[in-house]
Amino acid sequence: MSGNGEPVTIEKSGVPYVQLSGISKYFAGIRALENVNFACELGSTHAILGENGAGKSTLIKIMSGVLQPSAGEMRVAGRPVHFRSPSDAADAGIVCIFQELSLLPDLSVADNISISDPPRRFGLIDGRAQRRRAEELLARIRCEDVDPRALVRDLSLSRRQMVEIAKALGKRPKVLILDEATSALTSRDVETVYELLDTLQDEGVANLFISHRMHEVDKLCDTLSVFRNGGHVETFKKAERSPSEIVRMMIGRDVEAQFPPKPEPVARPAHLSIANVKWENRLKGVNLNVGKGEIVGLGGLDGQGQKELLLALFGVLRGVEGTVRAGEVTGIPGSPDVAKGGKARIALVPEDRKTEGLMLPMSIADNLIAASYDKVSNGPVIDPAKERAAVAEGIQKLQIKIGSARDPVATLSGGNQQKVVIAKWLMTDPEIILLNDPTRGIDVGTKQEIYKLMRDLADEGRAILFYSTDYAELIGCCDRIAVMYDGAILTELTGEAISEEAIVAASLNIDTGAAA
Amino acid sequence: MTLLRQNRAFVGALAMLAVLYLVYNIMHPRGFSTAVLVQNANEAVAIAFVAMAQTLPVLLGGLDLSVGAVMTLAACVASELVNGSPAEILLGMFATLAVGAAFGFMNGIIIVYGRLQPIIATLATGAVAIGLALFIRPKPGGDVDGDLNWALTNSLWDFVDTYGFFDPDAAWFQPISWIPVPLILLFGMAAIVWVPFKKSVTGRTVYAIGSAEGAAYMSGLPIDRARIAAFTLGGFLAACGGLYLAIQTSSGNADVMQAGAYTLNSIAAVVLGGTSLLGGAGGAIGSLVGALILRVISFYFRIVSIDPLLQPLIEGLVLLAAVSLGAIRTLRVKNRLELFR
Repeated sequence: MSGNGEPVTIEKSGVPYVQLSGISKYFAGIRALENVNFACELGSTHAILGENGAGKSTLIKIMSGVLQPSAGEMRVAGRPVHFRSPSDAADAGIVCIFQELSLLPDLSVADNISISDPPRRFGLIDGRAQRRRAEELLARIRCEDVDPRALVRDLSLSRRQMVEIAKALGKRPKVLILDEATSALTSRDVETVYELLDTLQDEGVANLFISHRMHEVDKLCDTLSVFRNGGHVETFKKAERSPSEIVRMMIGRDVEAQFPPKPEPVARPAHLSIANVKWENRLKGVNLNVGKGEIVGLGGLDGQGQKELLLALFGVLRGVEGTVRAGEVTGIPGSPDVAKGGKARIALVPEDRKTEGLMLPMSIADNLIAASYDKVSNGPVIDPAKERAAVAEGIQKLQIKIGSARDPVATLSGGNQQKVVIAKWLMTDPEIILLNDPTRGIDVGTKQEIYKLMRDLADEGRAILFYSTDYAELIGCCDRIAVMYDGAILTELTGEAISEEAIVAASLNIDTGAAA
Repeated sequence: MTLLRQNRAFVGALAMLAVLYLVYNIMHPRGFSTAVLVQNANEAVAIAFVAMAQTLPVLLGGLDLSVGAVMTLAACVASELVNGSPAEILLGMFATLAVGAAFGFMNGIIIVYGRLQPIIATLATGAVAIGLALFIRPKPGGDVDGDLNWALTNSLWDFVDTYGFFDPDAAWFQPISWIPVPLILLFGMAAIVWVPFKKSVTGRTVYAIGSAEGAAYMSGLPIDRARIAAFTLGGFLAACGGLYLAIQTSSGNADVMQAGAYTLNSIAAVVLGGTSLLGGAGGAIGSLVGALILRVISFYFRIVSIDPLLQPLIEGLVLLAAVSLGAIRTLRVKNRLELFR
């Protein structure tokens, strides 16, 4: 913004660039952070680990000026600071890439990248300089394919996230905070971001990294800080603690197996059978069977038609060709209303819980009941007693941590919000469950609960089709994995054949012999 | 190509206007004449300015129900002040526009710091504006400079002739001397006010707020300032409409019904011009075109004999058909989720 906002450059001297002492934050009397002391140095990549509600989000919101601390002091480059807004923090060199995207969908990519400080001529925004700047920044993260003039709303989630990163880079950060910034990215983009973080670290930037993917943390970070329950547990160098010790620190209890055991592979008659399904140029003849009691994973690189397949099965897409049989029902449903009802009983846990999964301002109870009013109504009248019972059952079944079921669902943490989405669909008693990346951006503990739940649901005889961008998750959960490539399923992996190598090879359509 | 695709609604509106006006001139008993063009332009200026004024709150994702009233207030102020010596006339015009801008600024302050919804805040302030207008001009009338009226409501030739700037019959002037002054005022104001505004950080912020307010805040944009600026500019543009109306009619009239009709028509013009009522996409030039479309539709009633009692009914149906054209796009959407975005 202002010309004199250039941050003071501090040489790597062991003096922390950002230092928080005694920081506390309360929301209406409820503690989010308590007496936190935390520091980060330039030229390092620092991971912040913790479960949902551990206080990670509050911490970075305070550091990036979104929230003001209730007590305590923050120093940047040795001087006390009081950020009143995100732009104050950006002036001090602290830039955050938020998990909830901060892009403006109706504006172009170039507009978005330069939104807070566009190049100007005669006081007006210089469109050409702005486009050039966008091109340079996008090139730095190997996104030359993104047209700076395209509207952000027309980009895929992964591309949007990359634009978000380009936008942050444009602010020339001293401290770059990444809040689950890789969770929506394709594998290729993830690699690019890893390289970028290495480069930035060498250039003397402090990367603060929040992730629920341990292998990512292990690969990238040199320092780790664990938070639990609003407090800072410990900060240590990477090799000083074993992964199981770290997990124990995070959740305060021992964790056995990360994934529930799989049953022996058996041949199952198809309950959901998909034959030669085509849509636009995104699905090019998909063939797949899912049996009762089976979890089938959809793998492959992002954008190979996995999301479209799930949407097609749920009746969201128009003009789908091919044959779909769900139990005794044949035909592609014409709308989600048709898909969830009747004899087909399909449920879809959608990709974006904030817009497609939940009505954020409405209460937890209203959200839970939203898909199954028919079960709690007598004709057109909702029976309050039945509704209450159904809501209580949903909350209990998924162990959703709530204050009151009348609170807006927006007040819940990410993991609990996702549980509300899943509980909403389980209330419809579905035969077929479609999951679109249900563990994106949620904590390890909740992830494990969801894995366990998926296996339980399969054991009850439901057919589950599960799309995930996390290969470890697919390998750990699925009885069978169908890898999609360019709108079709080229490879199916079963039992012993399931391995990370095989999935990667199939995703890239490379014939290694083993994956054939 | 990208630009054409992103401005599909605007291009569609422009095409609709061209076709409607062409057919109108073909059907006109006397064919195309500059006299008809001048008259048509005169009748379109006020609503076009008010539609441009309405665009700003709509881009923010709201509605301004006071634009018609601010226009009326400005017309009444102008009917008192725009007369006398050339200096007094200029000062009067300046004062009229300042009143509109000040009223818009007040709207912005109330909405930002009173934390009110624009639609309800401006419903109230619109009534205040009409009240002030009635106070200034309890009965229709007033006195606006006659030369000014003549010069601004005719062709460029008459403008030059009235003030004797140079010989209006000069050979170099002939190719442009037929252009109606009202159209020059309208497009000139759009070019010197709207275009720079859209390219400023404040203007960009207005689009950002309508697109995703949370993201705009997180990007550190000046949200409050942009809101206030948008309403101030809206008040200014509405006052431009009022000033022109006063000059055109040589009088002011605190007509409550007329103010309401202008407000509602401005919303229709904004939609016709391709601005999303959800905010974030569109622009004032589109609304200007939308207003011209609305006016051209009403011109048809002069050359086609229709029972005047049926006129509102037919106007309503035509408007419905016109806005439906904008929705045709959604028939092609293959992913139904996109309909909700």
